[in-house]
Amino acid sequence: MRHFSLRTLLTEAANAHQGWARQWRAPEPKPAYDAIIVGGGGHGLATAYYMAQEHGMRNIAVLEKGWIGGGNTGRNTTIIRSNYLYDESAAIYDHAVKLWEGLSQALNYNVMYSARGVLMLAHNQHDVQSFKRHVYANRLNGVDNEWLTPEQAKAFCPPLNISPDIRYPVLGGALQRRGGVARHDAVAWGYARGADALGVDIIQNCEVTGIVRGSDGAVTGVETTKGPIRTPRIGVVAAGHTSVIMAMAGVRMPLESFPLQALVSEPVKPVFPCVLMSNAVHAYISQSDKGELVIGAGTDQYVSYSQQGGLHITTHTLDAICELFPQFSRLRLLRNWGGIVDVTPDRSPIIGRTPVPGLFVNCGWGTGGFKATPGSGHVFAWTVAKGEPHPINAPFTLDRFRTGRLIDEAAAAAVAH
Amino acid sequence: MAQPCRLPAGGRIDRAKPLRLRFNGRDIEAYAGDSVAAALLANGVRLVGRSFKYHRPRGILSHGSDEPNALLQVDRGPGRIDPNNRATVVEAADGIAVSSQNHWPSLEHDLGAVNDLLSPVLPAGFYYKTFMWPQSFWQRVYEPKIRAAAGLGVAPHEADADRYVHRHAHCAVLVVGGGPAGLAAALAASDDGARVILADEQPEFGGTLLHDLHATIDGAPAGDWRAQALATLAARANVTLLPRTTAFGYYNHNHIALVERVGDHRARQDDRRPRERLWQVRARQVVLATGAHERPLVFADNDRPGIMLAESVRVFINRYAVAPGRRIVFATSGASAYAAAADAKAAGLDVTLVDIRAEAECGPGPAMLRARGIDVLPAHTIVGSTGRKAVTGLIVAPVDANGIVGPRRTLACDGVGMSGGWTPAVHLFSQSRGKLRYDDAIDAFVPGTPAQAERSAGAARGIYDLAACLADGWAAGGGAARDFAATPSPTGFRPVRALPTDADAKRVKAFVDFQNDVTAKDIALAVREGFESVEHVKRYTTTGMATDQGKTSNMAALGLVAEILDRPVPQVGTTTFRPPYTPVTFGTIVGSARGALFDPIRVAPLHDWAAAHGARFENVGLWRRAWHFPRPGEDMHAAVRRECRAVRESVGIFDASTLGKIEVVGRDAAEFLHRIYINAWLKLEPGRCRYGVMLKEDGFIFDDGVVARMAPDRFHVTTTTGGAARVLAHMEDYLQTEWPDLEVFLTSVSEQWAVIALQGPRARDVLAPLVEGIDLAAASFPHMAVRTGTICGVPTRLFRVSFTGELGYEINVPADYARAVWEALWARGQEFGITPYGTEAMHVLRAERGFIIVGQETDGTVTPDDVGLGGMIARAKADFVGKRSLARPDMLKPDRKQLVGLLADAPDLVLEEGAQIVADPHQPIPMTMLGHVTSSYWSDACGRAIALALVSGGRARMGQTLHVTTPTGFAPARVAAPVFFDPKGERVHG
Ligand SMILES: Cc1cc2nc3c(=O)[nH]c(=O)nc-3n(C[C@H](O)[C@H](O)[C@H](O)COP(=O)(O)OP(=O)(O)OC[C@H]3O[C@@H](n4cnc5c(N)ncnc54)[C@H](O)[C@@H]3O)c2cc1C
Repeated sequence: MRHFSLRTLLTEAANAHQGWARQWRAPEPKPAYDAIIVGGGGHGLATAYYMAQEHGMRNIAVLEKGWIGGGNTGRNTTIIRSNYLYDESAAIYDHAVKLWEGLSQALNYNVMYSARGVLMLAHNQHDVQSFKRHVYANRLNGVDNEWLTPEQAKAFCPPLNISPDIRYPVLGGALQRRGGVARHDAVAWGYARGADALGVDIIQNCEVTGIVRGSDGAVTGVETTKGPIRTPRIGVVAAGHTSVIMAMAGVRMPLESFPLQALVSEPVKPVFPCVLMSNAVHAYISQSDKGELVIGAGTDQYVSYSQQGGLHITTHTLDAICELFPQFSRLRLLRNWGGIVDVTPDRSPIIGRTPVPGLFVNCGWGTGGFKATPGSGHVFAWTVAKGEPHPINAPFTLDRFRTGRLIDEAAAAAVAH
Repeated sequence: MAQPCRLPAGGRIDRAKPLRLRFNGRDIEAYAGDSVAAALLANGVRLVGRSFKYHRPRGILSHGSDEPNALLQVDRGPGRIDPNNRATVVEAADGIAVSSQNHWPSLEHDLGAVNDLLSPVLPAGFYYKTFMWPQSFWQRVYEPKIRAAAGLGVAPHEADADRYVHRHAHCAVLVVGGGPAGLAAALAASDDGARVILADEQPEFGGTLLHDLHATIDGAPAGDWRAQALATLAARANVTLLPRTTAFGYYNHNHIALVERVGDHRARQDDRRPRERLWQVRARQVVLATGAHERPLVFADNDRPGIMLAESVRVFINRYAVAPGRRIVFATSGASAYAAAADAKAAGLDVTLVDIRAEAECGPGPAMLRARGIDVLPAHTIVGSTGRKAVTGLIVAPVDANGIVGPRRTLACDGVGMSGGWTPAVHLFSQSRGKLRYDDAIDAFVPGTPAQAERSAGAARGIYDLAACLADGWAAGGGAARDFAATPSPTGFRPVRALPTDADAKRVKAFVDFQNDVTAKDIALAVREGFESVEHVKRYTTTGMATDQGKTSNMAALGLVAEILDRPVPQVGTTTFRPPYTPVTFGTIVGSARGALFDPIRVAPLHDWAAAHGARFENVGLWRRAWHFPRPGEDMHAAVRRECRAVRESVGIFDASTLGKIEVVGRDAAEFLHRIYINAWLKLEPGRCRYGVMLKEDGFIFDDGVVARMAPDRFHVTTTTGGAARVLAHMEDYLQTEWPDLEVFLTSVSEQWAVIALQGPRARDVLAPLVEGIDLAAASFPHMAVRTGTICGVPTRLFRVSFTGELGYEINVPADYARAVWEALWARGQEFGITPYGTEAMHVLRAERGFIIVGQETDGTVTPDDVGLGGMIARAKADFVGKRSLARPDMLKPDRKQLVGLLADAPDLVLEEGAQIVADPHQPIPMTMLGHVTSSYWSDACGRAIALALVSGGRARMGQTLHVTTPTGFAPARVAAPVFFDPKGERVHG
């Protein structure tokens, strides 16, 4: 792998950049692998990377039906934070944040993790109570999160409208300073490059169309649009399409898939220093390094696999943005798109074994899994490599919907991203 | 000289209406009908901006919404400033001030241009490869620098002074695009009286007919045909003509969103007029006649100010009477530029045409031009340009069939018109989820099979001949097949990628995406590094991601990738087009949903009374509820204490109208409730009430409330304020999908019944004189009973219920009478010191008695048993919603979080709601948390602070001391029963 640095960049500049190699190969699938990861999003690629890096599994492949990072990884608003309520959630998301902090260096790929702070606004008494509950729980879990008054919130995020005259005045906010954003494409590409260098085959335009099982019920391979491939271990990491793939092995998942939308404005000079979230009025906003305001909208009310949500969903979000930031009303919407998110009943992911031997699943990240990418890949790699969960993902079983041991972050906060 | 580049005659501008605008502080004269771009060109302004990354001088490339370069800030007065406007679509209006962006200190002298020199180290994606050391520097140093350098214009700092409105419409046929195909479609579609909407983004309908001066249609000049067509359409009552209206989004079920520019083109903003109007149209049939965009040629330094698209040169000359230069070189790979060259010559300009194709490929074009005295150079490539802030020459060289490039020569010029072919505007078609098909002949994607009731017509589907466009449009509009006679359009085109050059292609800047400064070598680099999918190329290089959404660059980028990979274009793929077609003002989408209209404010019937009596309000969902009623000089704490005391000692009055109310009627009403709630309903007598709890399928508490049986087949169900809509939806869901056999009818009556809660030992004394037909005596009207009768002559459903723990009534009256009844109670209660109380006192009073509030004591993870309501479950019931989930192993664990009381060791310490609880405050982090405080208040009745909490295994911890977080540390508190006052609950029976 060619090292990336200012020095190599300068060397190549003299060479008109002719010397850069492919960041990952484009291999044809081998007849068999020790393990196959289905889904070349951030989570799938990270899983493969850590399997190769930490568990020495090099004869493995990632199968992606389109282009890597083209699913939700390349469509999300990249909010990263770990101030979740429950111990189990705080543990996995904070595990991820710790990995984010050194990820560019670990991968030798600038993923532009920018811990500019995530501020969540409270607009009613219920929010206040709920956020304080989070702040205290986080404190005892060693996760940073602090309560701000409206004036402190305004000082942290100067464009904010804290006038008491707005429809839902800001009553305060919870700030996680270590939270922030990262460059989504770079995460997929950086993991792909790293995994490829360790020998992992990343195979694009290769859709899994079937899961093959032996007489004992255990998986023996997959059918794909590039032909059958044998393998004793499959990790399915396919976000919104997980139910479809798991059905190929006869496993019904407690998932619903919805289109979730996001949008960006035309790029402008820096106007927005942090990440701001308001669940009550439904506004999620930050500014990309390119200058676009990046805004998260909601999900459609009904399930669907169409990557196009309704205009009214976008409208509702822009209503909220212009209510909180009346000065942005004259900015213009540049692009609006959707992705299919996989939502569990308790809004927490499912990471672990399945009833089918050799089949593992990592899904249910719904509207908020980008932030977990490194942590999720790290613990899922362990799970697939060792055949048993890492302590951090042990609580996130498929079984919990049967036992009732839910990790109900939705109930706790109704937070989306 | 004013307007040095204005042609003496011609154009569609109104020379009788001069106007004046300002550009970078300088006066610019123009005429009504000019675009800002036309006005600038008429005044000889070439340099209008700096590019995004390299800060290269840039001019005007196109004449329409595909413009990538000429982005200006427009200032129409306070609160009316906005960035990134395309000069080609902003209409010149008297008094507006426009200015260039992205430079320092000035447009002419921009220090950022140093990036152009540094460009060898700034190739596509350079930022992924560096800025990583030291780790902390990304956020502290590199990122802030990059952010400051990026971005285009400056976002406004003031609130928007303009107004925006929304319209919804239905029609039989929506025609998007008013060029020849669109006009023909609209004529055909509206012929039989069907409702037709015709929209075009330009101020005038006609499309190419506006600048094609020599064409004829059916024997008449095309301009006359256009005027006739418009007159016909305008005269038809069934036709709506929407000029200045861009269809930007194509959603499911033929739902099209359009934005109409209403205000900006007028000199002074008229405050009665909106700035823009959002149209949402549902059309039975959509016709997309959106035309095509011309493609630039890709050669070194193809971005100098003065280098334009060939058709745009023609538009500026013919439509705006502006000479974009005096000596113009056209450079082309197809026939369409020949007409432009001829028109430029006719306007008196000095013209040369260079064609990449060999003479034999060029058809009659060269002869036609030479006959007009124009020099034509076939079989020539373009290898560069000269000039810096304006083009001064085009460097050309002969090229043979094998691509061998001959000696260079520079054609001196001050304007260039280039044409690399045309790309149909398939954006809306693609948004509609239609599949695109690649057409070799025109080297572009055209609409394939539609996904919705849609037809594309004319140039939008690659038909460039005028007569054919008309016939195609006519057919798309549903007209019976007919032919049009029109001047044939020149045809012939050779697809080209980066033009052949003798230079080192690895070192020159041949721009593909002008706005994002993406060059052909960036595309090559991306492919070299393995970014082969066109989406990867886009994302790695940012090509097509600028504010023009790649209208001029997408095909060029795609072609280059295909060429490098040596694959056919369709195998490289095309990107999916996403809304909007052109950027849309946020405010337009928001419309009037601002301030109070952002979300409707719901107020209860007694809101005005409360406001008049000094209430402070809180937002609860959409509701605005009276929170407390401070008297002069009282703070919230004092007011709430006084309100609570009044209820405990005498009588309080409370507006409970926001409670959800559902009338459940029908033969199977009791059975239905029996299945929905955890408790039993079959045996409840008419005239009795019961407190009910309902669960979701997951076994967790979903809502609660009192239900009264009014008659054997009629129940009056109440829900929480926030739960009203979702409980009804939940019930309907079950009724319609699970138990369609039950005969039950559900009606929301939340707004029909106002509810006045009268609570306290003197409640009966206040009520009695006003009620008729109901015996209020405790024996005949006990706690948890309901009666009908009249109060103050008004029909009432009178509940004897209490959420305060006192003797109490909830008086349901038709909402319109609520104020009168309230006033009567108020008057009657004066002698007892009747006191209005708000939601805060209500919360305290119920907490003293340990009554839960759904959403405060519960959060979607709490079972009935957790909050001590397990006894309510009718165990004998065969089933109810959530029953099965309650049997899951985790629901039965003894360490579940259970509702308990918490009494801080310091009696006056009001713990924080949301505070966490631990057994040992000295344990290391992460600590084991046992639960949290759900409710916490000062209680006058108890003479101390009280709190409710959910604590793991809480009922087994009675008397234990636990530790509760405070802003500064921990406070010790003792676990107690969650009832602090009147533990036996005797007072309600008073
Ligand atoms: C609009 C939007 C905004 C969001 N905002 C945020 C946010 O701010 N913060 C946050 O943390 N999260 C956010 N999310 C959620 C986040 O994007 C996802 O949780 C996360 O990216 C999921 O990553 P993934 O790798 O699991 O999935 P994906 O990136 O979707 O990858 C799954 C891959 O599986 C492939 N695949 C599917 N079926 C098959 C098959 N049969 N064979 C082979 N391959 C297949 C897909 O093509 C896809 O590439 C957002 C999501 C959306 C849609």
